[in-house]
Amino acid sequence: MTNTLFNWCFKKSIWVYHVNAGSCNGCDIEILDVLTPYYDVERFGIRLVHTPRHADALLVTGPVTRQVRERLLRLYEATHDPKLVIAVGSCATCGGIWHDSYATLGGLSTVLPVNIYIPGCPPRPEAILYGVAEALGLVPKKVTEQVFVEA
Amino acid sequence: MNWSQLFLSVFYTLIFPGFLFTAVIGLWITWVDRKITAVIQSRIGPPWYQPFADIGKLFGKKMLLPRDATGFVFAPILAVTGSTLAAVIVFHTLMNPTIGFVGDLIVLVYLLALPAIALIIGGASSRSPFGAIGAGREMSMVLAYEAGFLLSVVVVLIKVGSVRFTDIIAYQELHGPIALSVSGFIALLVALFCIQAKLGYLPFDISEAETELIGGPLAEYSGVGLALFKIARAMLSLVMPVFIVVLFMGAIQPTFVSFLGFLLKLLVVIILQIVVKATHARLRLDQALSLFWGQVAVVGAVGVVFAVLGW
Repeated sequence: MTNTLFNWCFKKSIWVYHVNAGSCNGCDIEILDVLTPYYDVERFGIRLVHTPRHADALLVTGPVTRQVRERLLRLYEATHDPKLVIAVGSCATCGGIWHDSYATLGGLSTVLPVNIYIPGCPPRPEAILYGVAEALGLVPKKVTEQVFVEA
Repeated sequence: MNWSQLFLSVFYTLIFPGFLFTAVIGLWITWVDRKITAVIQSRIGPPWYQPFADIGKLFGKKMLLPRDATGFVFAPILAVTGSTLAAVIVFHTLMNPTIGFVGDLIVLVYLLALPAIALIIGGASSRSPFGAIGAGREMSMVLAYEAGFLLSVVVVLIKVGSVRFTDIIAYQELHGPIALSVSGFIALLVALFCIQAKLGYLPFDISEAETELIGGPLAEYSGVGLALFKIARAMLSLVMPVFIVVLFMGAIQPTFVSFLGFLLKLLVVIILQIVVKATHARLRLDQALSLFWGQVAVVGAVGVVFAVLGW
C-alpha cells in the first residue's frame, strides 16, 4: 500500500537536475525550451532543481568526456535513491559523431545505468517530454521490453 | 490534568488546529501560489494535488546525513515544532477566546521566528559552503525584518494596552479594526513587508536564492528533512496571514457572516503576497537590508509615535 502510494507520488513529482557531460549546447537549449512556459512541464509536476540532493532524475547531455566521468559518478552518488537517469541526445545515447574519439567515453551507458534514451541531434522538446513521460509510465511504450538469452 | 484533558490537548496539537489541519491547508496554499504564478506567466500550472505528491515523494526518499553534522537532524524538527505551536495558539484562541493567557502575543512572536532560526541552524551545520552562506544571509535578514515586525506589533500593543490575544479581538470588537486608524494602517503596511520576508517569498528569498545559492540552507537537505522544512514553510504561509488579519483587520465573531468576512480578508492578504511574489525579482542582500533598516524601520517607528499620540 505504502509502496503504491509512494510510486504514485514519485511519478507525479519528478525534480530534474540538468547535467552537461561535454555537450555542444544544442541539447541543453532544447532542454531549456522544455522548461519554458510554452511547454510548461510543471503540469506534470516536473521541476528543475539546482542541487543533486533534491533531484529525482538526472538529465544528461553530451558524449561524456574523459574529464567529466569522475564528476558524473560523484553526481550520481549525491543523488538519492530512487532515481532516474535520462540520456538526452545522440551523443549521450551512443556517443554520436564522437563515438570513436579518444577524448570521450562514447555514450552515457559506459558510465551510468541509463533508464531511458532520447535520441536526436538535438531531440525536439516534444521528444524530450515524450521520453520523460514514457519513462514515468504516463504513456504506453511503443516497443515492449525483450530479453534475449543464448540458447 | 486527567486523561481526557491530556487526550484533548494532544488532539489539538497534532490534529485539528495544530499540525495536520494547518499542514494540509498550508500545502494547499502553496498550490494556489504555484497556480496563480502559472496563470500570470500564461501557463497551465500544476494539478491541485501537486504539493501533496511532492511531500509524499520526499518522505519516500532516502536522507543522507553529512559527516559530523550535529544540528542537521534537529533543525527541521525545530522548524515544524515552532510553526505547529504558533498555529495551535492562533487558532485555538480564535475558536475559544477565553483560553488565552497573558503574554501569548509575545510567545507567538517568538514562535513565528523559530522556523527561520531552524533554517540558520540547519544551514550552518550542513557543512556545505552554500548552506553556510545561506545561513549567514538568513541571519542578516532575520535581524533586519524582525525589527520592523516588532515595531508593527508594538503599535497594536500600545493601542490595545494588553499583551493578550483575546484583548486584541475584544478591543477591535468595540473600536473597529486597528488598520482603520492612522498608526494601525502604517503598522499593517510594515507588517505586510515583514511577513513577505518572514515567509521567504520573493523579492526577499535572498537566503535560499535558487539560482545563485542552489537553495542555501536547504542545499544539503533531502528526503524527510527537506519535506519537514517545506511543511513548516507551508504552515507559516497560513499562520502568518491569519496572524496579520487578527491583529489588524477587525474582530471575528462566531457568526457565519463574520467568518466569511474573515476568510475574505485572509484571501486578500494571501493573494496580495502571491502576486507580489510572482511579479518581483529578487533583491540583493544589501538592498533588502537598507530597505528594512531604512525605510521600513523608520516608517514603523513613525507608526509607534502616532500610536503613542493616540492617532
